[in-house]
Amino acid sequence: MAKGDPGVTTRGRRAAPRSKRAAAAAGDPELVQLLTPEGERVETSVGPDGTEYRVDFTDEEYRGLYRDLVLVRKLDAEATALQRQGELGLWASLLGQEAAQVGSGRALRSQDMAFPTYREHGVLYCRGIDPIMPLGLFRGVDQGGWDPNEFKFNMYTIVIGAQTLHATGYAMGVAMDGKTGGDDGEAVIAYFGDGATSQGDVNESFVWASVFNAPLVFFCQNNQYAISEPLERQTRVPLYRRAGGFGFPGVRVDGNDVLASYAVTRHALDNARHGQGPSLIEAYTYRMGAHTTSDDPTRYRIASEVEAWQAKDPIARMKAFLTRQQIADADFFAAVDEQARTESVHLRERVLAMPDPEPATMFDHVYPNGSPELDEQRAQFSRYLESFEGSAH
Amino acid sequence: MSRIKEFNLPDLGEGLTEGEILAWLVKVGDVIELNQPIVEVETAKAAVEIPAKWAGQVRSIFHPEGSTVEVGTPIIAIDTDPGAGPIEESTTDTPSAASLAAVEVAPSEGAIEPGLIGGPAPGGRTAVLVGYGPRTTAAKRRPRRADVPSPTPPASSADHGVAVGDKPASIATIPAPQVHDRRNGAGLVLAKPPVRKLARDLGVDLGVVTGSGPLGSITREDVQRAASGSATAAEPLTVAAPTTVAASFGADREQRIPVKGVRKLTAENMSRSAFTAPHVTEFLTVDVTRAMKALDRLRGRREWRDVRVSPLLLVAKAVLLAVRRHPMVNSTWAGDEIVVKDYVNLGIAAATERGLIVPNIKDAGRLSLRELADAMTDLVQTAKAGRTSPAAMSGGTLTITNVGVFGVDTGTPILPPGESAILAFGAVRELPWVHKGKVRPRQVTTLGLSFDHRIIDGELGSKFLRDIGDFLADPEAALLAWT
Repeated sequence: MAKGDPGVTTRGRRAAPRSKRAAAAAGDPELVQLLTPEGERVETSVGPDGTEYRVDFTDEEYRGLYRDLVLVRKLDAEATALQRQGELGLWASLLGQEAAQVGSGRALRSQDMAFPTYREHGVLYCRGIDPIMPLGLFRGVDQGGWDPNEFKFNMYTIVIGAQTLHATGYAMGVAMDGKTGGDDGEAVIAYFGDGATSQGDVNESFVWASVFNAPLVFFCQNNQYAISEPLERQTRVPLYRRAGGFGFPGVRVDGNDVLASYAVTRHALDNARHGQGPSLIEAYTYRMGAHTTSDDPTRYRIASEVEAWQAKDPIARMKAFLTRQQIADADFFAAVDEQARTESVHLRERVLAMPDPEPATMFDHVYPNGSPELDEQRAQFSRYLESFEGSAH
Repeated sequence: MSRIKEFNLPDLGEGLTEGEILAWLVKVGDVIELNQPIVEVETAKAAVEIPAKWAGQVRSIFHPEGSTVEVGTPIIAIDTDPGAGPIEESTTDTPSAASLAAVEVAPSEGAIEPGLIGGPAPGGRTAVLVGYGPRTTAAKRRPRRADVPSPTPPASSADHGVAVGDKPASIATIPAPQVHDRRNGAGLVLAKPPVRKLARDLGVDLGVVTGSGPLGSITREDVQRAASGSATAAEPLTVAAPTTVAASFGADREQRIPVKGVRKLTAENMSRSAFTAPHVTEFLTVDVTRAMKALDRLRGRREWRDVRVSPLLLVAKAVLLAVRRHPMVNSTWAGDEIVVKDYVNLGIAAATERGLIVPNIKDAGRLSLRELADAMTDLVQTAKAGRTSPAAMSGGTLTITNVGVFGVDTGTPILPPGESAILAFGAVRELPWVHKGKVRPRQVTTLGLSFDHRIIDGELGSKFLRDIGDFLADPEAALLAWT
């Protein structure tokens, strides 16, 4: 899909009585959904505040979203395999959450800024960033630093919920710089999970973003588990309703529906860029894999629950839709699979070829312009390393 | 050489040092693809499948299922270009000698202080960087100290896969049983928190330690002294040899079997229960001829035609009905309170190839006899197939152990931790028995009931056992009288 293409329309609020269209959301009146688990398109879905969500993609754009989903899943699976083979120290798989990430990632405009957790590999991919970028961090050969301004994509943040504060401050800066108020305005999106909503950081962010009307979209991927802790230990109300208490709108979207995730995010971002303040999106989804490769989910959840979510798979429903509507045929699906295979093998080869870091590089990014003290430390450290016999460094 | 690639067991979970091979998913000679799952490995954190790092043909598998392998040790060799013809033998069937040294060479448990990463932690677990590992495995962190002695590798490399007798790890390294001190919360013993932790780590019951500190408080030295004493006392319980392993004796005519998996869990549970819950066992011998006849009549009914009906079913029913009359037996001792349960998760001890497991039937008291029969059949079949889930084995409230299937009359069962009563059901034998004033051949069995005397006094335990016996002596009358 072409970047910057709106591809989405939303109509005015309270356009029609809700009851008539609520059934469209597959029996869950709280969930915005445009593609059912069976692959049926829903023309319009209404949010809790009456906003009507719809998408209007071309066939090429539909196929593009499918390709994104498959590629993101395959690259993620490759990284998981690399960890199992001892080539990565750790990996946080996004399996099951592809639609929430691709939908929201594709909804970003080029000027928008994203603040990820450590699981946003799909958003990173949709930003057009080389998927190798975070793998150095997980391989332990770099510190995961990159220039956030260059990619409009902040560093992966491991501390739970901390990036929401960074995003809030950044978004307040965007507003103070006068970059909001038009179609070309800048919006900010902060990713976090259901577990993070129990963090002080996230709640403080809600307060600050709300009272300063920051152009910020809080995008919560509710994957049902904070590592092993189920959602019912995080909240007694649906997470999206928390926004009401802080004074901004909240909406729950089917996070396994790439179309609805796109529509809801695009709408929220556009509100933000036009100066209408923050909003909260709860993308209701499920982490099909482990929290990270160090986790064993079979210890805290039952197989039947995983199977129930398997039936809501984001890629299967998109494939069913494309097939049924004759938007794509078997040749297309085979070509996408082949592309995914090629790209994952390429990624594997590049990961295995990553050089070990030079020890002295740890001094490089302490201060933006260095310091005499730091130079002295670097020199000392280099002399120390050179004192070893046969030292390569 | 570069054609044959050896795959070393990686650190699968942020700082682990070893893993247990659960199952090989490929065999020697298989042609495999990149990322095809080849082996299932269980570490202290998770059981995971490892995908193949290279495509090719499996040349050698270095460790059998069930073996514990150190991180960094080769586990499989893959010929990455099998179509290119034969290769010289020297590089094929044995992993490099240096890597062999790491196999099964675990530093002795005492080398790492309790509480440090890599040392023993509460409940027989091993402290790791993030959270605790499970009870059932013994994976260790890399020791922090450099002075851990490194045992020499087995001399022979030809039989490295199954050299049970050569293993340097001896049964003597089994940690002392972990005894939970339930009196801590009540404040009956004086000890500083670090001392309490040390006691917990070492499995010392502070309640039985005499304090030498101020005001009779227990010191670090007291705990250490008690620990060295209790370890020897507990030894006989931990060295029960599994019967399924074929004997393979070394030159000293002794066999050393590593304690792990189900055996280890059983040992921990039994030691914990035996040393915390004061058990009493009572016996009752019952004429079950009428019950056996009732079973025959049940089998003859059309709707029961396809149902597996065993004497154990009636015993289960008897237990469930008797619990209803004496709810107190279905309870847990929780230190300062007794938790009585309105539901019965009925455990059935099952001997499987992997060892003793005790899955339970959830809320068995609500099941009809037919549902109970189906649940028991299902439970036994699942257990025999080795597919019993952890959930099915947790939460039991009362257990039956059917020792009769082994042809013995009764036993004094040890309570599963957290339960207050367990019934042993002996063999049903035809014996001379006084029936209606005359000696007759009758079907007779012996029941053995162990119960936790902290909760259940002799009177209650006897009434409970008597009711089970009454039901088995005359099920119809008991049903009419009680339900």
